[in-house]
Amino acid sequence: MTQLILLPILFQACLAVLLLFFYTKTKTQKVLSIAGSSVNLVIASLLFYTVWVNGSMSVQAGNWSAPFGITFVADTLAVTMVLLTAIVGFAVSVFSAFTIARDRLRFGYFSILHFLLMGLAGSFLTGDIFNLYVWFEIILISSFVLLTIGSEKKQLEGAVKYFALNMLASIMFLTALGILYGLTGTLNMADLSGKVAALENRGLVNVCALFFFIGFGIKAALFPLYAWLPDSYHAPPTAVTAIFSGLLTKVAVYALIRVFSVVFVVDEFFSQLFIILAVITIFSGGIGALVQTNIRKFFSYLIICHIGYMIIGLGLFNEIALAGMVFYLIHDVVIKTNLFLISGVIVKIKGTSDMRKLGDIYNDYPKLALLFALSLFSLIGIPPLSGFWPKVSLILGGMEADNYLTVGFILFGSFITLVVVAKLWAQVFWKSSANLEEHEDFSYFNKLRKRRKVAILFPVVFLTLVTLYIGFGAESVNTLATRIAGELINVQPYIDTVMGK
Amino acid sequence: MNSIILRTATNYILPLLLMFSVFILLRGHYLPGGGFVGGLIAAVAFVLHMFAHGLEKTRELLVIHPGYLLPFGLSLALLSGFAPVFFTGEPFMTGVWMENPIPVIGKVGSALFFDLGVYLVVFGVSLTIIFTISEDA
Repeated sequence: MTQLILLPILFQACLAVLLLFFYTKTKTQKVLSIAGSSVNLVIASLLFYTVWVNGSMSVQAGNWSAPFGITFVADTLAVTMVLLTAIVGFAVSVFSAFTIARDRLRFGYFSILHFLLMGLAGSFLTGDIFNLYVWFEIILISSFVLLTIGSEKKQLEGAVKYFALNMLASIMFLTALGILYGLTGTLNMADLSGKVAALENRGLVNVCALFFFIGFGIKAALFPLYAWLPDSYHAPPTAVTAIFSGLLTKVAVYALIRVFSVVFVVDEFFSQLFIILAVITIFSGGIGALVQTNIRKFFSYLIICHIGYMIIGLGLFNEIALAGMVFYLIHDVVIKTNLFLISGVIVKIKGTSDMRKLGDIYNDYPKLALLFALSLFSLIGIPPLSGFWPKVSLILGGMEADNYLTVGFILFGSFITLVVVAKLWAQVFWKSSANLEEHEDFSYFNKLRKRRKVAILFPVVFLTLVTLYIGFGAESVNTLATRIAGELINVQPYIDTVMGK
Repeated sequence: MNSIILRTATNYILPLLLMFSVFILLRGHYLPGGGFVGGLIAAVAFVLHMFAHGLEKTRELLVIHPGYLLPFGLSLALLSGFAPVFFTGEPFMTGVWMENPIPVIGKVGSALFFDLGVYLVVFGVSLTIIFTISEDA
């Protein structure tokens, strides 16, 4: 039964290798990728269900017992993230099949996409901190290829910035790993938990924790080193940006949550640091979004803005705030992917991503506008849609900790999101659009055949339905988030699962 | 590079280097060596041939494009990892070993096939990269 834990990783690996065999046959690749992603959805749900019913499980790869071998742990947080990866991966796979140009597909696009999904599943499931680094590298390498495939000038420009800052983050992460291994002699997270707590050299432990925080902070696009994100995310095709925005920053947030719950303790200093940086992140991301004119840069700044909420939850570190953070994480993965898919559809309709020239979406496509509005309202957090519930938990968590500054900034963040979304609505949906010259080699949405239109909209509808479920089924999602928060506060069951007690 | 000495020497060195790469591959279980280094040495053998005889001749010698080895190497490595899952029901990547040693080679286990997969992938990747670069030059 425990073999099931590795299945989401191995299935993606097999799928990626299988796709390599059909390197030149793009049609076969499309079919295989969509079929594979649907099967992966079933696998991830099965794993989620098993862990939900039976509790956490662990498996030792290569049968070398912990803490010497590499452990894979499926606790509730990990399997939730794996399930979200499968959902987002499915939507992006479908969207890619119908929007990505053939020239890009010919260079192994789908294979790399599934290697990326494998890396994501691996980093969620691993219980070994060095193995986490390896999965991060797999994610990084795959994302470089996805960013640069097609080699347009703006793509390469974005990729250089992305590469430079993410390598810096990886070096920080590796340095921290070196210090940690030198201090304790182990890399298994569950084993580290006790050993780090018993160390007497607290100064070095804090420096090490700070290195981890800087490394993951850059990858999560936290203030002050977030500039790489808006500079690189607008360059590649929308499908690529969608999976990046949904999962790449979130995997860093996940790593932060994992490291600062199992290995290190969020003490007074880190709590303050998290909250202050998170608050500035919310502020600068929101202000940044206000002045953008490119619709995809606009959404990129919103990603930064909302990363702050999750870090606030981690900084407060009480049960209700952690539950809010996890709920927000679940909501954010789905909604951010959907936003970028929506921006892709809008660009497909109009042929430009400049918000000053866009317009008339409401006039021309009222039904689509309603569909998009559902996601935008969820993003702001208008009750009873999905963004509302985690914010309530976070605000309650802030009040419980008597930290009214965070409460204020959570409200400010929601308000600024409302303002920027209103601006987006006015500019893109209501305003009449400028006269756009038609590109000849661009396949406009209204010229596509009906089947293809439906296929492009299908992933958007799918993710919107998931978002609506998160909003209207908040009761069950909150039960899940509270259970995860409990596991984050009391990590003893996690340690026992790994050590096989 | 048009040098009769290099060309004549390459004809003898190429098979020697290939044999050496297989030796390194098999040696790698307990001693320094293994699939990665072995694959690199095998790639170097063909790069040397390319220096002496030119890219076209090396392509003819290889028959298939080295990039085709990638998926085969990867699947071999993956399958060797799956062997314990299917045969003994142990976790992924557990070493499975034959009971009786084969003469000369010794005991064969799933680790050998994993290394063989790595060998193919490294060989394919490095030759693909070098061929692509020398095509543009």
